[in-house]
Amino acid sequence: MQDRIPPSPQIWPETAAYWDAANEGRLLLRRCLDTGRAYHYPRPHSPFTGSGNTEWMQASGKGTVYSLSVLPRAQPPYCIAYVELAEGPIMLSNLLTEDLASLRIGQPVQVCFVASASGQMVPMFEPC
Amino acid sequence: MPLKGQAYIVGAYEHPTRHALDRSLGQLHVDVAAGALADAGLSWADVDGYFCAGDVPGWEAQGAGPLSMVEYLGLNLRHLDTTESWGSAYLNHVAHAVQAIAAGKCRVALITQAGRPRAEKFSPEASHRLQTQSAAESPFEAPYGPVVTNVYGMCAQRHMYEHGTTAEQLAWIKVAASHHAQHNPHAMLRQQVTVQDVLDSPIVATPLHRLDCCVISDGGGALVVAHPEVARSLKRPLVTPIGAGFAVKHLNGGHFDILASGGVQTGREAFAQAGVRPADIQYASLYDSFTITVLMQLENLGFCAPGEGGRFVADGGLISGIGRLPVNTDGGGLCSNHPGNRGGMTKVIEAVRQLRGEAHPQVQVPDCRLALAHGTGGQLGARHGSATLILEREA
Repeated sequence: MQDRIPPSPQIWPETAAYWDAANEGRLLLRRCLDTGRAYHYPRPHSPFTGSGNTEWMQASGKGTVYSLSVLPRAQPPYCIAYVELAEGPIMLSNLLTEDLASLRIGQPVQVCFVASASGQMVPMFEPC
Repeated sequence: MPLKGQAYIVGAYEHPTRHALDRSLGQLHVDVAAGALADAGLSWADVDGYFCAGDVPGWEAQGAGPLSMVEYLGLNLRHLDTTESWGSAYLNHVAHAVQAIAAGKCRVALITQAGRPRAEKFSPEASHRLQTQSAAESPFEAPYGPVVTNVYGMCAQRHMYEHGTTAEQLAWIKVAASHHAQHNPHAMLRQQVTVQDVLDSPIVATPLHRLDCCVISDGGGALVVAHPEVARSLKRPLVTPIGAGFAVKHLNGGHFDILASGGVQTGREAFAQAGVRPADIQYASLYDSFTITVLMQLENLGFCAPGEGGRFVADGGLISGIGRLPVNTDGGGLCSNHPGNRGGMTKVIEAVRQLRGEAHPQVQVPDCRLALAHGTGGQLGARHGSATLILEREA
């Protein structure tokens, strides 16, 4: 489905759990326990309050396309997107499909996992 | 603190080059410094404050660049400010220079900017990787291949989705820039283009075409900001900042509106400080890395309501002498110059030209007394610095 092999992420100690979960096919988010809001990208402190009163949570993996852009002349062409997750945060990702021209804002999508250059799995999304 | 009359922009200079094969980066900074000081009628020895951002040579060695630059220029300083916020930095520097002068930290402030990405065969992809590899967000973004064009593409796509904005309306922004650039002998792209020309150019990142993008050019510019006593001793028109705003807009843990840039905050602050309204502005320099950049900033700064930008720019809305708001009368980044991929400096310079009555006669706004310059540094669809300046020419 996708020929492009994504570059591998640099894995820092604070977010290693996110990448371990991705290797198990699970998408993690971080939640601020003071406000109850989930956030992405993950970090130990809440970007809303600065507090360390936060925890990991497993995301449903469901979302809708908030915006997208296709690079038609890249080799191979690919689609970058902001996906609005069911839990609230918008995350940057790629949309995978045979027909890049068919992708639309508002379209429901579901997480999938793709091996990066090092073998580390990274979350991406496909129409559902 | 009111800004008006605290200090004046007395010197402004844009390097004529767009391809600096014969100049090093350091020499470009020297060239523009000399040009702005000559424009002001001041000398090297008068400078006691220097302002620069991450485009000085040596910046890649942490902390070394600005000191090296001060030495190469040969300045003897009482004040140094290296606030870095990419292309918006230089508008911020003007506001900081006024504050420093008002606080007695310096009397003559020099601001320089330069770059030579064209000579160095700049690659947006390679540059993006290099810039962000140690940044906290990088692991969560780099795998997905964000290059500048597709991040702005997502802004345009969302604007089209929410407001029905069309590719034709965006193209009018390039048409206006090209209309102005035909009168600028230094502009990289002097040929007038039509809406159809833009639509016929290849798609770079959906929905943006090649002609929706700015040029990649070498060069730079400089400004001199001076204490009122110094300014009045010179023979230049008195141009003073009367309002300023700065903001960093970021993704806020994934809770953001991609169509609301930092300009929402900076416009509000700058207009409040200046005591004027968008309808009072006679000329606007708006950052134009892409056509969508201009459209969003028009809305964010309050020149029109959210969603009205497409209609605002259509049918020559930004062309001097024709439209409702003359924008980027030098041809802007879209057609003239985007030196070092940092367009904020040239934005201030063209606003100063307009206020002095020194723009090209074909694009000069009659009796221009009130102008706005706005810069974006970074990416509108992600984290960026926004800076607004409102400038007035005193009678």
